[in-house]
Amino acid sequence: MLKRFRLEEPESAAEVSELLGRFGDSAKIYAGGTELLLAMKEGLVHYERLINVKKLKGLSEIAGENGTIKIGALCTHHQLETSPVLQQTLPSLVKLEQNVANVRVRQAGSIGGNLCFAEPHADPGTLLMALGATMVAEKSSGPREIAAADFFVDAYETSLKADELLTAIRVPAPGANSRSAYLKFGYLERPSVGVAMALTLDGPVVNEVKIAVGCAGPAPRRVAEAEALLNAKSKDEAVRLLPQAGAIAGRASEAISDLHGAQDYKEHIVGVLLKRAFNSIVS
Amino acid sequence: MSKPMTRHADAQTISVSFTLNGRLQEIEVEPNELLLDVVRDRLGLTGAKRSCDVQVCGACTLLVDGRPVSACTTLAFEVRGRSVMTIEGLADDGKLHPLQEAFIEHGGFQCGFCTPGMLLASKALLDENPNPSEAELKHFMHGNLCRCTGYKKIIESIMAAAKKMRAR
Repeated sequence: MLKRFRLEEPESAAEVSELLGRFGDSAKIYAGGTELLLAMKEGLVHYERLINVKKLKGLSEIAGENGTIKIGALCTHHQLETSPVLQQTLPSLVKLEQNVANVRVRQAGSIGGNLCFAEPHADPGTLLMALGATMVAEKSSGPREIAAADFFVDAYETSLKADELLTAIRVPAPGANSRSAYLKFGYLERPSVGVAMALTLDGPVVNEVKIAVGCAGPAPRRVAEAEALLNAKSKDEAVRLLPQAGAIAGRASEAISDLHGAQDYKEHIVGVLLKRAFNSIVS
Repeated sequence: MSKPMTRHADAQTISVSFTLNGRLQEIEVEPNELLLDVVRDRLGLTGAKRSCDVQVCGACTLLVDGRPVSACTTLAFEVRGRSVMTIEGLADDGKLHPLQEAFIEHGGFQCGFCTPGMLLASKALLDENPNPSEAELKHFMHGNLCRCTGYKKIIESIMAAAKKMRAR
């Protein structure tokens, strides 16, 4: 049973920002509700007002424009997993989305809500980080862009300001030689570990290597040190360096021991998944 | 299980007009009312079950515009202008749906608690993919849990219904 709250239904990002400014911590943005309502039902959080943002126009589209793929924050996981634009440009994201939770969660849950709730065991943030995505945040004074790597602060905490609304995610369109993969491992629907890798294949050399790890610790993390180790190396050399890169990524995951696994176990799995991700995109 | 809603004079109410099992339904709801409570307690359709209450088990599955949702975690006002199907609406004028027939014929249930959700989820699957492979079926249905038995009979039932429906 949910405690009583009032519902606001604004129709523009500026209105949302104004409501957030006016009601502060007593109000919360509500979209798909797949995570927020669970926390509210459990009594972990309570808000006097929910701000339903689903009446905002133009936040449910996925489109390629000027070398960027723009994903509206209100797009559901189901929209992402079935989007022809994404199937063509970002197949790794489509595959990730096909495996988010279950069919009902994918039907209701939005990509924006997933990112803003910042539940540590969520998948999309980790891959978006490796894909070099940016988040578009809006408030009354206008929009700004936040790099995915700067978006996730801690468990359930993002760098969005109190009066900002996430309106879109912008992903650079990968080039013809770009490859990416996201692999996860876990029991039931919440992964213990998620690893994302993106790179460009220039003949026998791997370039622009990007690695991100998630789920093991409080928030997704880019692993610049492991990227630097593999970058501009031949495939064979990179394969030899993968165990070292995996160990670095394991430590960078800030893995914690919990019901999803012990710290050293999760760190080990990071290394295993990194190796598999590399092998799946560099064949 | 859940207590009836107590109403206060200052409560915010939302008029919700929607289609329920093919018939127009108009009700007033408060923002915090869950679709499962409205359907079960206010509209008397008790086929959808409350079980895990966290969108994992699928026992409360309803179809909204043909797609499966967890009624336990859907705010009732969200069905404004939409079409909702509960298990009570699956049979057509007393004639069982091929999925229902197949579940009976192939022993697709034991206690029956998960069955309404299984039937509605598999209806959504077959509506979008009339000829699913077993792997596609398992992927679509993995969020519907049965605690009586294995899933073999359930899978057999859905595959048999799919075959029958394709033949029609």
